[in-house]
Amino acid sequence: MQKLLLLGDEAIAQGALDAGISGIYAYPGTPSTEITEFVQSSKQAFENKVRCSWSANEKTAMEAALGMSYAGKRAMVCMKHVGLNVAADPFINSAITGANGGLIIVAADDPSMHSSQNEQDSRVFGKFAMVPILEPSNQQEAYDMVHYGFWFSETYQIPVLMRITTRMAHSRSGVKRIGARKQNDLKLPEDLRQFVLLPVIAKRRYRKLLSEQVKYAQESEKSVFNKYIDGPDKSRGIVVCGIGYNYLMENYPDRIVPNPILKIGQYPLPSKMVEKIASECDELLVLEDGYPVVEEMLKGFLGRGISVRGRLDGTVPRDGELNPNIVAVALGLPDTRGIDVPSLMVNRPPSLCIGCPHIDSFRAVKEVIADLPKGGVFSDIGCYTLGALKPYEAINSCVDMGASITMAKGAADAGLFPSIAVIGDSTFTHSGMTGLLDAVNDKSPITVLILDNQTTAMTGGQTSPALGRIEDICKGVGVEEAHIRVLKPLRKNHEENMKIIREELDYPGVSVIIPRRECIVTIDKRMREKFKKS
Amino acid sequence: MKKDIILAGVGGQGIISIAAIIGYAALEEGLFLKQSEVHGMSQRGGDVQSNLRISDKEIASDLIPFGKADLIISVEPLESLRYLPSLANNGWVITSTRPYNNIPDYPDLDLVMKEIGSLPHHIALDADAIAKDLGSTKSANIVILGAASPFLDIEYERLADAIRFIFRKKGEETIQVNLKALNAGREFANQNIPV
Ligand SMILES: Cc1ncc(C[n+]2csc(CCOP(=O)(O)OP(=O)(O)O)c2C)c(N)n1
Ligand code: SF4
Repeated sequence: MQKLLLLGDEAIAQGALDAGISGIYAYPGTPSTEITEFVQSSKQAFENKVRCSWSANEKTAMEAALGMSYAGKRAMVCMKHVGLNVAADPFINSAITGANGGLIIVAADDPSMHSSQNEQDSRVFGKFAMVPILEPSNQQEAYDMVHYGFWFSETYQIPVLMRITTRMAHSRSGVKRIGARKQNDLKLPEDLRQFVLLPVIAKRRYRKLLSEQVKYAQESEKSVFNKYIDGPDKSRGIVVCGIGYNYLMENYPDRIVPNPILKIGQYPLPSKMVEKIASECDELLVLEDGYPVVEEMLKGFLGRGISVRGRLDGTVPRDGELNPNIVAVALGLPDTRGIDVPSLMVNRPPSLCIGCPHIDSFRAVKEVIADLPKGGVFSDIGCYTLGALKPYEAINSCVDMGASITMAKGAADAGLFPSIAVIGDSTFTHSGMTGLLDAVNDKSPITVLILDNQTTAMTGGQTSPALGRIEDICKGVGVEEAHIRVLKPLRKNHEENMKIIREELDYPGVSVIIPRRECIVTIDKRMREKFKKS
Repeated sequence: MKKDIILAGVGGQGIISIAAIIGYAALEEGLFLKQSEVHGMSQRGGDVQSNLRISDKEIASDLIPFGKADLIISVEPLESLRYLPSLANNGWVITSTRPYNNIPDYPDLDLVMKEIGSLPHHIALDADAIAKDLGSTKSANIVILGAASPFLDIEYERLADAIRFIFRKKGEETIQVNLKALNAGREFANQNIPV
């Protein structure tokens, strides 16, 4: 077959289609979004009726995928790293229930925080759940690993975690496909109580998970994704994980490294290989993107025995993603940095588009609260988070999806006035609705602005899960109808919009204001597609 | 053969299409390719770059090491300076002179141009003006690609074919104007490469 030029994300998607998935479940999040988008636009997926629309959040996605696995079919669930926090409950417990049809969870980490609020390492979660982890070093491996991952998942009846990073997700390279498998037929688990995690059953399942660890380790030992590559210079051995391998190789133009290398692409760590490299070398250097996960395992608590270098002793910087130069310095090779950036250089942070509806909403809110005590605008994650930057400087928090409403509530409970939540429509249905229920039940004096730009804009304009139903949801949760106000964020409506915001700030209970105007980028995209069709 | 290229610009300026065209042409020549792109937050008017690596040998890293880039191709003058630590000693900077001023503290353009002028190997052109003359302001990025084309070690016709392929769904008119843009950029470069 001819090679395809694919992003890491796309290689995973193609791998999943070729491995015979029946469904992919996801909530968008950089850098994982393109996996699901690839499936959504794939003819192969369409013809094979692969289920692929967006879920409301990562937890619902994870649970639906588990349900598909229960029914015997193969499923994949994709999210950005922080999405795994949201899906943590079903994820951890899915290791106890086990899988029936193959189940792969893809978590896309973002070391250096290109588009995220932290750089947590999903391998820690994988270890916590005690499931096998796959970590590709290139796009071809990403593709191959999906096939292997489904084989593993069905052979050992266990969900498999695949961990990638931004560079892996958003870098393109040639990928060779292997043949496509058929989807599984519907087939229930042999033991219909397998998924009933009552203590008596959970204890049994947990002991099974514990006893299977040895088998996972044995698979790691013989996996094609873990390789011991010998080298003559035993003064130092190099343990390198995932994409770090490419940066290591980059530093040796003929691709011959003088030191022994242990290349890791599958966890649990292959302990025999680790023992071999540790016993043959005087010290170890660990190169891994993200947290010093492997380094900590090798170092041990007391730091006795062979010396292990890496992020913990400063050989590699403690935070941020790896690159070829960081690896060069860690190897003791010269840094090849060219001339400096001229001193006139300034930052160019992202900003709201000219004509963005959020701009008008921020202008109105800012002007209304100008004379009130400062610090009471809790916000959330989306394009509107850019309202924190100049020239708006309009919000005081951005923590995790949905936190605006609940933090505003807590602050109001503490007596803070005004206490305002600013949240996007997609974020609201992801994790804001339940917090609103809490606020209603407590009659908390908060004003919630749900900025309804009728799309999930930040991640590229995916369908908003409750398009056209935001008021109904608020009503259903118990917000009084008189205090659900819809307005159109436009410059010409500025005075009127300020009046509405003022009125609702004066109301000592839960009120919801919905500034509704479509994202201009989405409009543009819609128009272009319409034009293309006609 | 090996070309390590940094494409630079501001989110929304179309550097990914430059990458796609070079990438397609490189694959047609049977070369290896790795290209890391920017998706996500910075696409909203922030600075964006793409690392494009082509070679007749297998490529290891997705990122170009510092001091190893053969070319910086930038569709914006300030952005052409942001990645200088990545440029090789004998590397070239090909940049548009048209500023994209979406920040309050954009430096004095004369100073920016002076910095570009002080680089030993550079080509600076007002791609927007050239594109406008051709009747397609949208093709400024292709003018820049044309100006970079003498440095790519890829046959010109291959690039033209790639344009025909990449814009195939947009109609013959778009293809023609972009081919003109490619040629105009190339001519500018050929006249301005110091010998
Ligand atoms: C748990 C989690 N999942 C996904 C994301 C990625 N993400 C950030 S903002 C956003 C979309 C927000 O959409 P919306 O609330 O409608 O605001 P908009 O960008 O449209 O203004 C997504 C999916 C995240 N940061 N955290
Ligand atoms: S993409 Fe849409 S919501 Fe985001 S800043 Fe631009 S106009 Fe606003």
